[in-house]
Amino acid sequence: MTDQLKPRDARDVEEALRWAVAEEKPLALVGQGSKRQIGRPSQTDLTLDLSGLTGVTLYEPEELVLSAKAGTPIAEIEALLDKNNQQLAFEPADYGPVLGQPAAQGTLGGVVAANLSGPRRIKAGAARDHVLGVTAVTGRAETVKTGGRVVKNVTGYDLCKVLSGSWGTLAAMTEITIKVLPKPETEATVLVEGLTDADACAAMAAATATSADVSGAAHIPDHVASWFEGLPKADAATVFRLEGVAPSVAHRREQLAAHLKAFGRVTILEEAASRALWRDIRDVKAFAVPSARHRPLWRISTAPAGGHRLVDFITPAAQMFYDWAGGLVWVGMPYEDEADAGSVRTAVAELGGHATLIRAPAAVRAAVDVFQPEEPGVRALSRRVKESFDPKGVLNPGRMWAGV
Amino acid sequence: MSVRMPEPDQAVLARRARIVATLRQLVPGEGVIATEREMKPFESDGLTAYRQMPMVVVLPETTRQVSEVLKYCHQEGIKVVPRGAGTSLSGGALPLEDGVLLGMAKFNKIREIDFGNRIAVVEPGVTNLGISTAVAHAGFYYAPDPSSQIACTIGGNIAENSGGVHCLKYGMTTNNVLGCEIVLMDGEILRIGGKHLDSAGYDLLGLITGSEGLLGVVTEVTVRILKKPETARAVLVGFPTSEDAGACVSRIIGAGIIPGGMEMMDKPAIHAAEEFVHAGYPLDVEALLIVELDGPSAEVDHLIGRVETIARECRAVSVKVSRSEDERLLFWAGRKAAFPAAGRISPDYYCMDGTIPRAKLPLVLKRMKEMSAKYGLRVANVFHAGDGNLHPLILYDANKEGELDRAEAFGADILKLCVEVGGVLTGEHGVGVEKRDLMPSMFSEIDLAAQQRVKCAFDPKGLLNPGKVFPQLHRCAELGRMHISGGKLPFPDIPRF
Repeated sequence: MTDQLKPRDARDVEEALRWAVAEEKPLALVGQGSKRQIGRPSQTDLTLDLSGLTGVTLYEPEELVLSAKAGTPIAEIEALLDKNNQQLAFEPADYGPVLGQPAAQGTLGGVVAANLSGPRRIKAGAARDHVLGVTAVTGRAETVKTGGRVVKNVTGYDLCKVLSGSWGTLAAMTEITIKVLPKPETEATVLVEGLTDADACAAMAAATATSADVSGAAHIPDHVASWFEGLPKADAATVFRLEGVAPSVAHRREQLAAHLKAFGRVTILEEAASRALWRDIRDVKAFAVPSARHRPLWRISTAPAGGHRLVDFITPAAQMFYDWAGGLVWVGMPYEDEADAGSVRTAVAELGGHATLIRAPAAVRAAVDVFQPEEPGVRALSRRVKESFDPKGVLNPGRMWAGV
Repeated sequence: MSVRMPEPDQAVLARRARIVATLRQLVPGEGVIATEREMKPFESDGLTAYRQMPMVVVLPETTRQVSEVLKYCHQEGIKVVPRGAGTSLSGGALPLEDGVLLGMAKFNKIREIDFGNRIAVVEPGVTNLGISTAVAHAGFYYAPDPSSQIACTIGGNIAENSGGVHCLKYGMTTNNVLGCEIVLMDGEILRIGGKHLDSAGYDLLGLITGSEGLLGVVTEVTVRILKKPETARAVLVGFPTSEDAGACVSRIIGAGIIPGGMEMMDKPAIHAAEEFVHAGYPLDVEALLIVELDGPSAEVDHLIGRVETIARECRAVSVKVSRSEDERLLFWAGRKAAFPAAGRISPDYYCMDGTIPRAKLPLVLKRMKEMSAKYGLRVANVFHAGDGNLHPLILYDANKEGELDRAEAFGADILKLCVEVGGVLTGEHGVGVEKRDLMPSMFSEIDLAAQQRVKCAFDPKGLLNPGKVFPQLHRCAELGRMHISGGKLPFPDIPRF
């Protein structure tokens, strides 16, 4: 039976950690648990539930800064920002539906711990690029502050970066300060029809090499196109999002459309259709639909120009689509109990980058590397970093790699 | 000026001749400099108030040489100070008497430009501007643009996490690097990141960037390059008070506009700059704002009109919009020359670098004026207004008895004030030796120990650039100890399920 500790505040978190360290009792860290199925299956039966640490503690729109307790629902933060015409520019994805969970769950701490970024990653940066300051309790049961509340800061090591994307294996974050940015006034999408994956990658490279300031570039092959809202038909669609003030978007969409004519037939999606489409891309809709929910799902970050070459390595029965101008490839393998890790790892070794098994049954996640295995030197260094924060291995042990 | 540095290791100094001979074997040719005359240029970096001759200077040319030199120094317990172009304003490359100064200037090649992936792979000794120049023919550039960009190297930029005037919109170095090759103190060569986005595991690149040469020596860097904005235009706005200028900045950002650059100058800085470059700055204002919009021309034209309107609503007394590229550059010429301009009105100046929450600017300026009176030293302010990064220039004369010490004390007070109002000690120049002893004003011992343990993960013997960043040197074994007493059940009043 799993046991659960639910701290009320940061002091409770420190106390819980002190106890866990003294008892050498490993803890599984969760917020709302919306991403709990990502990673290697939990190695402990004791959960540290951080969802009780809630509340926005500072929000100064004109300073572009917001602080909140780590367990604050991300939806609450986004709603607050929206009221002030602001947003989290890194566009955190909602993996709920893909993981068979309800939509719009998750906490700020979870988003940062997973370094979750959406299509705007190529323009605005990742979650880690927006984290300004963190207060966290390490595996030494010590409360540590790093960073600050200002955008420009080089005082001391940037521990915010290493905590972002560490999946709760280094410290339990209790409060996070994050940079917020204005919401674009409007958006539109330029769509090129019917391209092959290779031509699409070329078109995406061409578009991002213009001054059109593309804030999303994705390619949806025909076999998954029907799942995306906003796409006019079930044909391959290569899509480019333009955001900004209305006169600018109007000007750039014409410019970009003219530029992309050489690749194929070009149409435009207006604001509402554009928004719906990019939400679906962000949330990996093609693999959240019932007919695809059994598929083990890989998230592969690679050099964008070569993204399309992945198809040479994996089974033709896989389904896939591309975000980040070809640099983020989502691959759904055909059989539920077969992640086909060998072919994915071979592809990544050849093309560069890293692959994460975002979804698969627990037995599969226990049997194959969920996160990209690292080179021995980097692996040893990562292990030393882990030990510097959590010498007794009480924080999410084994979630990223066995033994870390 | 003197600063407490780690005690020189007499045993190492006694072996100097043998060490130099071994280093000559590892880096043959002219890669080892050991005469006092030739080492002289390396005795300080951009923070010239601190000087120290190194034990020996080594200028390797290959990653293998870097690795062998570090491995040897690691085995022999010899300290190493890495150096790029030596433009650091915080003493990050200040040599150690018993240390090897490892100059990376010979790593000056661009290894690959890949427009398809929008990246460049360069050696660390390539200058910041050199990257932009190399990709300019295709209309690309490298975004972070520290004022020293003509001289400073990308390796140094990684060490310091350099910024520039455009970082509110385009980010600092850490937001624009994708990968590196790094040699650890024991000689191990690691490759981190690559042409793809985000790291596979822990964000080690994010730790290395801004670590001030304490974690490893970078031997190759992969950076993102961006398409140059179609156009850029600037508005020059004069205000009767700094409060008005600050309010205007807030209104612009509140209106959802993120300018490519937004710089403020106070009256002493305006006057110094105008006398120097004749940029046409108004002299009867208390604060001057340069707001630059960049991007597609349709967008820039639209936004520049909105900024102009906001400025007029914020009690601006003069508003000038650039009508040509020449005029835009002229607006910037004064700001970019602010430091040398200060050098013209004062024999010496001391450039500070704190960041504050922008709304605190009027308070900080007022307090600074009081401090200026107290210390009897003038101060001119330039301010990256968009991101709150303040550069007070303290004017002093080193030849006058006690002025340098007063300037230093004044500077420390300013930085403590920055922390007091919710800001930080350094926005882009780094801690180095300059702000090292102020670190406890921002971080607790526990915070600093957590950072130092990361240092231990990279360099357990503490041989790489010791005496920088951290006010106290601790042995890694001592830092690693854990003092946990307890075993008490946590918060027993809370239900456990």
